[in-house]
Amino acid sequence: MSDIALVKDQQATRRSAHRIGRLTRINLRNGLLFISPWIIGFLAFQVFPITASLYYSFTNYTVLKPPTFIGTLNYVDLVKDPLFRISLGNTLYLTLVGVPFGTVIAIGLALLLNVKVPGQAFFRTVFYLPTVVPVVATAALFLWILNPQFGLINQFLALFGIVGPGWLATPLWSKPALILLQLWGVGGSMVIYLASLQDVPAELHEAAQIDGAGTIRRTFSITLPLITPVIFFNVVIGLIGSLQYFTQAYIMTAGGPANSTLVYALYLYNNAFEYFHMGYASALAWVLFIIILLSTLLVFRTAGRWVYYAGQ
Amino acid sequence: MAAQSIPVSGWLSSKRRSQQVAHSITYVLLIIFGLTFAFPLYWMVATSLKTPPQQVVVPPIWIPHPLVWQNYPKALTAYPYADYLRNTLTICILNVVGTVVSSSLVAYGFSRIRWPGRNAVFILVLATLMLPYQVTMIPLFLIFRGIGWVNTFRPLIVPSFFGNAFFIFLLRQFFMLQPAELSDAARIDGCTEFGIFYRIILPLARPALATVALFQFMNSWNDFLAPLIYLNQQSKFTLALGLQQFVSAYGSSWGQMMAAAATFTVPMILLFFFTQRTFIQGIALTGLKG
Repeated sequence: MSDIALVKDQQATRRSAHRIGRLTRINLRNGLLFISPWIIGFLAFQVFPITASLYYSFTNYTVLKPPTFIGTLNYVDLVKDPLFRISLGNTLYLTLVGVPFGTVIAIGLALLLNVKVPGQAFFRTVFYLPTVVPVVATAALFLWILNPQFGLINQFLALFGIVGPGWLATPLWSKPALILLQLWGVGGSMVIYLASLQDVPAELHEAAQIDGAGTIRRTFSITLPLITPVIFFNVVIGLIGSLQYFTQAYIMTAGGPANSTLVYALYLYNNAFEYFHMGYASALAWVLFIIILLSTLLVFRTAGRWVYYAGQ
Repeated sequence: MAAQSIPVSGWLSSKRRSQQVAHSITYVLLIIFGLTFAFPLYWMVATSLKTPPQQVVVPPIWIPHPLVWQNYPKALTAYPYADYLRNTLTICILNVVGTVVSSSLVAYGFSRIRWPGRNAVFILVLATLMLPYQVTMIPLFLIFRGIGWVNTFRPLIVPSFFGNAFFIFLLRQFFMLQPAELSDAARIDGCTEFGIFYRIILPLARPALATVALFQFMNSWNDFLAPLIYLNQQSKFTLALGLQQFVSAYGSSWGQMMAAAATFTVPMILLFFFTQRTFIQGIALTGLKG
């Protein structure tokens, strides 16, 4: 969907609104009627909770007693809270390492699948299948696979005489272990990359081939630049998801060892539903919201430098 | 002439040879990565078919022999599997109904009727996709707790009847593809707007609705955080919560744990294999290709 089309559309709607005829009024009434479920849901499940959450973030609220206004105290506490810093650091680690790695592997697999070899559909299914596995089942499976003694990975490394690390049992390797689990699920973005690769015009490749450009050169000079809008989209989605990372850490490590996997959303959950510090948890939620907005904005700001739109 | 044609055919065959080399390299890489991606799932099933001593042999038994089925009845009786399955299916089915009905109505309002301000409001719908669940999670919990909905399925079901931003977007894309003449002709015949929606657009949109139903079903089946917050009575648990509970209670009975994980996973994999076309359609529909 292009923004230009939207603006034009809006202008057209505005122009027609000047001569508010009977038809426009009927259409407005019908349109609003059709979207009324969304309007009600938006007000009840979004606008009201967002406002309430902002208010709670300035209160001391332990559920048992009504909230008492304490100004910016929660936010001041937050800056001083070592666990806030640790949890934010853990989430940023998972995002800054996990998202780039995931992007590279997803694109790499899509490029391999884009080579027209027999059995392509079979391999596509193999790579996609892990994304169909429920998160809780993936967490259980990887607890077993990452087991330091008998897990598949360390047993495999032992075949080559390598003593594998303690993975989730050690602060140094726990986060890489969680990233490994994330990488197993790159199939979802891979299929999107594959679809975009199939849209790259073959003529461009043929022309470059005649000019003597090799496979690698063509990949970096033609294919990748043409799919940058899709990379951009996937990075933004990956970023927003990664900053809210929760379930796997909750199930597999509960934040341990030594808080090395205490991710931000887990610390927020603990504050809200384990310690019932609803005010403090709301402040944490707002900081998360702002971090998500700012980092998304940051990616959008850099987009002009590396995203190539063929139409413009 | 003949002398000239020799280097040309030589060039062609060397090109063909280099293409063959490239294909072979691709194949080798695909097989290595394919095995890496497939192995964890294989290992889930393989472990679930071994006795406890067989599970912890060094080096591992790559192919379980003989197949031991005892882990499945043990895992399925360790927690009230049938109850959890019924709870999960109740939530899944009602969520599918709610999402399909509400999202298609809303998507129709955003695509087949022109009204002033429509696109501005639609941008608002898309903007809500950026909002993290954590921001609304606490007040929503307090509201639902206030009206006594904790430990009922209502907090997990009711919101789905008010449209899901992503599915509204997906269905809107599909509705926009249908020719405007369809609606115009029906309007001339005196059909009401709801009549056009119900009798003309919805039947045409069956594949898109199937995609929404499928994705929603899987989302509800997999959902963990919302059931974790709202359901704390064991009899109300979903399968996702049950499996998590199993993991924390039977942390080292790997065979049983893998059997429990497999029974939770297999329905999704079967669903995927039977609906692959609907899946692919969904990916194309979100308009990500263009």
